Amino acid sequence: MGKVFAFHGGIHPPENKKQSTRTPIRKAPLPKLLYLPLQQHIGMAASPLVNIGDRVLKGQMIAEPVGRISASLHAPTSGIIRSIGPHPVPHASGLESDCIVIESDGQDEWIEHQSIEDYTKLEPGTLIEHIRRCGIAGMGGAGFPTDVKLHLGDDHIVNTLIINAAECEPYITADDMLMRERAHEILGGIRIISHLLKPSHIMIGIEDNKSHAIHTLEQVLKGCELNIDIRVVPTKYPSGGERQLIKLLTDIEVPSGRIPADIGIVCQNIGTTTAIYRAVHHGEPLISRVVTVTGDAVAQPQNLEALIGTPFADLLDAANVYENKLYRLVMGGPMMGVTVEHDQIPVIKTTNCIIAATIDEMPPAPPEQACIRCGMCEQVCPAELLPQQLYWFSKGREFDKARHHNLFDCIECGACAYVCPSSIPLVQYYRFAKSEIRTEEAEQRKADHARQRFEARQARLEREEAEKEARRKARAEEAARAQQARKNNENAAATAEPAQDISALKTAAAVARTKLKKAQKALDAARESGEGDISALEAAVQAAQTSADQAQKALDSADKPSAPTAPAAGADIKQLKTAAAVARTKLKKARDALKNAEDKGLDGLDKLRATLSTLEQKAEEADKAFKDAENAASSSTEATPAAPVDMKALKQQVSIMRTKLKKAEAALEGLEGDERSQAEQALEELRQRHAEADQAFKAAEQAQIDAAAAQGVDLKQLKIDAAMARAAVTKLERALAKTEEEQERASLEAELVTARDKAEQLNKTLQQHEPA
Amino acid sequence: MTTVITAILILFGLAVVFGIILGYASIRFRVEGNPIVDQIDALLPQTQCGQCGYPGCRPYAEAISNGDAINKCPPGGQSTIEALADLLDVEAIPLDAEHGEEQAKTVAFIREDECIGCTKCIQACPVDAILGAAKQMHTVISSECTGCDLCVEPCPVDCIDMIPVETTIANWKWPAPAESRNLIATDRGRGELQQQEAH
Repeated sequence: MGKVFAFHGGIHPPENKKQSTRTPIRKAPLPKLLYLPLQQHIGMAASPLVNIGDRVLKGQMIAEPVGRISASLHAPTSGIIRSIGPHPVPHASGLESDCIVIESDGQDEWIEHQSIEDYTKLEPGTLIEHIRRCGIAGMGGAGFPTDVKLHLGDDHIVNTLIINAAECEPYITADDMLMRERAHEILGGIRIISHLLKPSHIMIGIEDNKSHAIHTLEQVLKGCELNIDIRVVPTKYPSGGERQLIKLLTDIEVPSGRIPADIGIVCQNIGTTTAIYRAVHHGEPLISRVVTVTGDAVAQPQNLEALIGTPFADLLDAANVYENKLYRLVMGGPMMGVTVEHDQIPVIKTTNCIIAATIDEMPPAPPEQACIRCGMCEQVCPAELLPQQLYWFSKGREFDKARHHNLFDCIECGACAYVCPSSIPLVQYYRFAKSEIRTEEAEQRKADHARQRFEARQARLEREEAEKEARRKARAEEAARAQQARKNNENAAATAEPAQDISALKTAAAVARTKLKKAQKALDAARESGEGDISALEAAVQAAQTSADQAQKALDSADKPSAPTAPAAGADIKQLKTAAAVARTKLKKARDALKNAEDKGLDGLDKLRATLSTLEQKAEEADKAFKDAENAASSSTEATPAAPVDMKALKQQVSIMRTKLKKAEAALEGLEGDERSQAEQALEELRQRHAEADQAFKAAEQAQIDAAAAQGVDLKQLKIDAAMARAAVTKLERALAKTEEEQERASLEAELVTARDKAEQLNKTLQQHEPA
Repeated sequence: MTTVITAILILFGLAVVFGIILGYASIRFRVEGNPIVDQIDALLPQTQCGQCGYPGCRPYAEAISNGDAINKCPPGGQSTIEALADLLDVEAIPLDAEHGEEQAKTVAFIREDECIGCTKCIQACPVDAILGAAKQMHTVISSECTGCDLCVEPCPVDCIDMIPVETTIANWKWPAPAESRNLIATDRGRGELQQQEAH
């Protein structure tokens, strides 16, 4: 027996282990329903391989590992998959998580499984893969996938293997009973692990309160070829912590933020060694484990070999629970375990103990008092942290400082809270701070990720824009070249005919006009002030006037022949419309100018009036031309109702009509007398046309719907139409809620009613056709 | 006299030498861009939602570095304001309600039956978290969604919901321990009175 060192701190809580070691390990009765959480281990949740209704056999893989750090899941008995979905799982949050539910058929029928004849002849990789396929994860508490740990030999030099048999937490005796009853399995497991990791030294760390187990182990190890030491350590909580046990056995501290393998040490739990043994020598995956069922509220505290997925209620029944005495159900030990609220929570690979406690055994926590800075927490902290500081920082939400004080080295053993005279729930504070920091980090990662995506998108948009720009430029150049070529041709072909470039002429006229205006202004200014050479300025004005007149004349002469040809040729309504609009605008401007001039009593009124009258004439002409063309067009559309109706155009027309009508209505209010009656007439006409257009549109729409209904309706189109109609209704409703003006409200309401009707109609048609 | 002159000359010489070194260093080790903007940008939540009034997180970071208020980011909430105050050494002020309130984290969800495939939401998403093509159903990659809700407005059929992120075992947080009253035993009566007053 080698030397045993010591770790800092630790406590001696009442052990309460004797109760559950009186009877040997017993097989728990087969439960009716088994709940198998997909995540029973650290890492990614497993992914189901079975479907609801499938029959599975005992030992059949029902979920496969996802990613490197994950574990597979096997059916613990034969039966039918009843459901795959959320069910309460053993977790501090009390939340539900995805579970596979198996209804056992009571036959417990094994799938064909095979042991490995001689594992020493296998490649280490193949052997580890076999262990991975058996779904073995650390059974001590954390549930770290064992195959990952067995691969540690690949990139680390492992010189010491430590088998953790300390089982320091009160009440728990599962490992103790395993050692007493299945020591040869443990030795077999150790052999396999040592074959894979090739350590020079193997140590079994065991607390001195398990004398029976120590004796059995010593018997089994007699004559063993491996270099195995049983190191008996004094009973002190938490000597079973991985880092604490390493310190106890080797006096080496695992550096903060590193793993034991970094200093050449690998730890395995006793339970895990037996699981490895069964996987290799019997080909059995991890489907059951030993669970200590204890506490004052059960009549027979004992260790039960329970199938993974057995609800706690079944185990409590097996140990004869006193329902009336049961006050608190704890999963795990009293120091690090969590209280569970639900007795249908299943046993998972890491469930080593269930404590059914009475109120006297685990009374509710006394109220938290103020910290008196006694320093007892520091004295018991096995990680040599400063619990008091961490408490202040966690409470004050100064998480950065907490982190600098090595909050993440806290193993949450609860020793500090156990000794705290003020009953401060210290571990809760640390857990809270840890999860806040983790959340913050996750958010930071997400934000960085989002930034990356955003920047990538910006870059892409810029690139696309640049490409578009380049294409546009290329096209423009092409066009310019083509135009140049055409111009050259034209010039060459028809030099006799003066190029009547209207736009150039227009520009020239405009320039001349501006010049004239400027000259006039200068002249006015000079006259007013009585300074400067007035006669010279007058001459300049005169010259400008002549040039402007000339330019205008040239423009008119160029413009005229083209204008009348337009309506005859093609009758481009759009162009005509624009022309009419331009004319109207010009007219309006001229009117404004006239009014302005009249108001101010400026001279040149006559001229303005003259321009106005010509403009009026022009506007009328343009309007007329447009109307003629439009009438011709509308009569042509009216003439062909049988032709497939262009719904979109119709709709557009209706909306244009509506807008016109509204405008006309608005204009009407401003007018008086004679003009008013005229306008009213026009309005009436417009209304009629609007009604006609509306009718035409509606008829077309109805026809379309009917046609669709008649001939194997296009469901998708209908659906889209319905959705659009619904959206229109909601939009209108919103608009209605926003507007306050009476008139607008009324019109909106009317529109809403029609929109609703339409939506309803569409919905009806949709419903009629949907089942078909 | 000569000693004085030598001293002055030496000092002058040193000044020239150091001046040259510093001048060279300022060119050689020139920092590209404004580092404080990067630091501010790193603290912002990168939802790119524009609730601050700027077209994204980086423009807001630039605005902050030019003296804009630090309390215009509702998705970041008070913790972001505190982090910014820490970085810029200014007072942490409460969130400006004008720009919105701090809300629970959400992700966009497209009711796929109702989607008409108009691609408008895809164009609106600042982080390309919506998948789809014209006339095809769209869907949100929820792990990439930042919950900025910029896609909700452009949808012509209102088929996008912002649903709060569900608490699962993976993102569950330990709650803060309940605040105790910290009563002294002899003080209990008064404490109860105070508690009643507080309610």
